[in-house]
Amino acid sequence: MLKIKGLKAKVENTPILKGLDLEIGTGEVHAIMGPNGSGKSTLGHVLAGRDGYEVTGGSVEYRGQDLLEMEPEVRAREGLFLAFQYPVEIPGVNNTYLLKAAVNAIRKHRGEAELDAVDFLQLIKQKMKIMDMDESFLSRGVNEGFSGGEKKRNEILQMLLMEPKLAVLDETDSGLDIDALKVVAEGVNALRGGDRSIILVTHYQRLLNYIKPDYVHVLSGGKIVKSGDHTLALELEEHGYDWLKQEAASA
Amino acid sequence: MSEHKPTSSARSYELAHAEVAHQLPAGGWLDALRREALSRFTRQGFPTRRDEDWKYTSLRPLEQQRFVPSTGAAGEPDAQWLEGLKIENLDAIRLVFVDGFYVAGLSTADELPEGVTVQSLAAVLADEPERLKGQLGAVADQDMHRFAALNTAFVADGAWLHVPADVEVQKPVHLLFVTTADDTPRLVQPRVLVSAERHSRVTLIEHYADPEASTAFSNSVTEISTGEGARVEHYLLQEHGSARYHVGSVHVAQQADSEYVSHNINLGGALVRQDIHPRMLGEGANVVLNGLFLVGDGQHVDNHTRVDHAVPHTGSDEYYKGVLWGKGRAVFNGKVIIHRDAQKTDASQYNGNLLLSPMAEIDTKPELEIYADDVKAAHGATVGQLDEDAMFYLRSRGLDARTAREVLTFAFAGDVVSRMGLAPLRERLEAAIARRLPGGGLA
Ligand SMILES: Nc1ncnc2c1ncn2[C@@H]1O[C@H](COP(=O)(O)OP(=O)(O)OP(=O)(O)O)[C@@H](O)[C@H]1O
Ligand SMILES: [Mg+2]
Repeated sequence: MLKIKGLKAKVENTPILKGLDLEIGTGEVHAIMGPNGSGKSTLGHVLAGRDGYEVTGGSVEYRGQDLLEMEPEVRAREGLFLAFQYPVEIPGVNNTYLLKAAVNAIRKHRGEAELDAVDFLQLIKQKMKIMDMDESFLSRGVNEGFSGGEKKRNEILQMLLMEPKLAVLDETDSGLDIDALKVVAEGVNALRGGDRSIILVTHYQRLLNYIKPDYVHVLSGGKIVKSGDHTLALELEEHGYDWLKQEAASA
Repeated sequence: MSEHKPTSSARSYELAHAEVAHQLPAGGWLDALRREALSRFTRQGFPTRRDEDWKYTSLRPLEQQRFVPSTGAAGEPDAQWLEGLKIENLDAIRLVFVDGFYVAGLSTADELPEGVTVQSLAAVLADEPERLKGQLGAVADQDMHRFAALNTAFVADGAWLHVPADVEVQKPVHLLFVTTADDTPRLVQPRVLVSAERHSRVTLIEHYADPEASTAFSNSVTEISTGEGARVEHYLLQEHGSARYHVGSVHVAQQADSEYVSHNINLGGALVRQDIHPRMLGEGANVVLNGLFLVGDGQHVDNHTRVDHAVPHTGSDEYYKGVLWGKGRAVFNGKVIIHRDAQKTDASQYNGNLLLSPMAEIDTKPELEIYADDVKAAHGATVGQLDEDAMFYLRSRGLDARTAREVLTFAFAGDVVSRMGLAPLRERLEAAIARRLPGGGLA
């Protein structure tokens, strides 16, 4: 699904990713943990194609294609989805408009017929039920005035509609209350299975109780410094990152 | 104001005037009015950038050309094109003017409420000139607005709209001004006169459009008086061709408790200067000024508004937005003058601008002059680019860059559009925005 080799990236001339290697197989769920500022969101943005992130080395292969050559919208249409750590508020752009435009952009790309208003409404209502979202969110501006947790739900709603092949969820669990966490986890699990792969960026073991990862990685100082199975997350929860940093320093 | 010697261009208008004078409607008071205006204009000449009000707008391209004063419709507009200028789904009383002159055959001045007059100005001047005596030129301040003097000097046709007391004109009055595109650069000077008497209501659409090749220079003047408690809603829709010059001024005199609502929409033209100048002369009067200008490559659009709060308990609410791209240039100057006696005035003004390219330029300047002490006044201006976070967010959801940019531009302009009461006009405007934006056309 995804092969990242020696990825280096700069933001405003500051190197952030410093030779990152990561391979995600089809249908796998990987968790990425790591200290604040270590480059987790940067990785997500580089994968999604955000302007201003300069890739200075390495390669990213996505489903056999050179991901870094693709425009952000093409990546999205090809099935790459980023749930933002900080979803953007866009006043004046209707939430339903965006959801429908997103779905139809993908359908068109796949050569499928675009959904009309009626079909779309039916689809969206069904997905909103999964996310336990009130229909009043449809008539609001994109994320406009949404609470932190509502924004995260809206991200997962978008994901459910866009049915990505690779989803990168950047701290989707942060700021969620306990019930919302379950709802979001259900949303993710609803999509899990088959050949869909997921990258979960999180600080907390809690989410991983609901969505059990196949692999856990630690990103620190712009590199993956440790990988393991789900028990690594438990270890991190208990001991923090210091032991890893020491390990890295002595290596 | 500084002294001006008659410039050569002003003199050329004097000569042009002499050539067409015999074709203009005649009459004792009208001749005097015209003579006086002509000498005023030639005395003052064209404004230059030394004039504070023209600091950012050079009239050089206008001065270098000789425009022939229009004395009648020079051609027949293409029927299909004209049909496209109807505002879809709007049942309106429509008067069509070609090169500044009324064409009855293209107009539909049908059943009007009792006593209401919607007529060609030329017809009134020919048949019952006394009706306009003391009205024509009464509202426009021709010292402040030199082009108003030029218009008056040549006044021949336009529209006369009179609504008697307590009458509401249900259908909007659509005045459509088009020009002929041929080899002659023409000076077109329509005059619109609106008198809404006490407690009357009317909606007016002053609409300018041209075939793309038109090279006309239009200098329009609109004078509106609102009687006590009257309400006039005024759409000014400019869909000029890209080689057009337009100078326009709107002058409003408002009596107590009356309301003047203006929607000033600039979509085209090479050089456009629009002045809007409401004066609130009676207590309880209120003004709403909305504006939207879309300015692209090769365009210069200058909006000057001046609101005079002359008496206590008056309100004004101004909201203008501009979208610029390419090498588009725009000017916004909003003057609000709260005179000494105008206590309890409530005035607010905002101008927001979106620059889609680094080459586009806007000069925006709010000017609040407050001579009373018990007033509420607020103003603000912003200039910004498209929000990159929002752009990326939309693209990450599969929208291509062009669509994302259009969507965000719509979102920016949307609140001005939604302030407009007539849904068919909003729709026309939305379509025009989509058409006009760089890249053109929503996907
Ligand atoms: N535009 C920018 N200019 C300069 N530095 C930046 C910019 N964007 C990100 N950085 C820096 O890059 C580093 C990595 O940031 P990133 O957001 O990827 O961290 P993170 O691992 O997601 O952290 P967190 O766990 O807090 O979300 C940080 O030190 C951050 O300050
Ligand atoms: Mg982060």
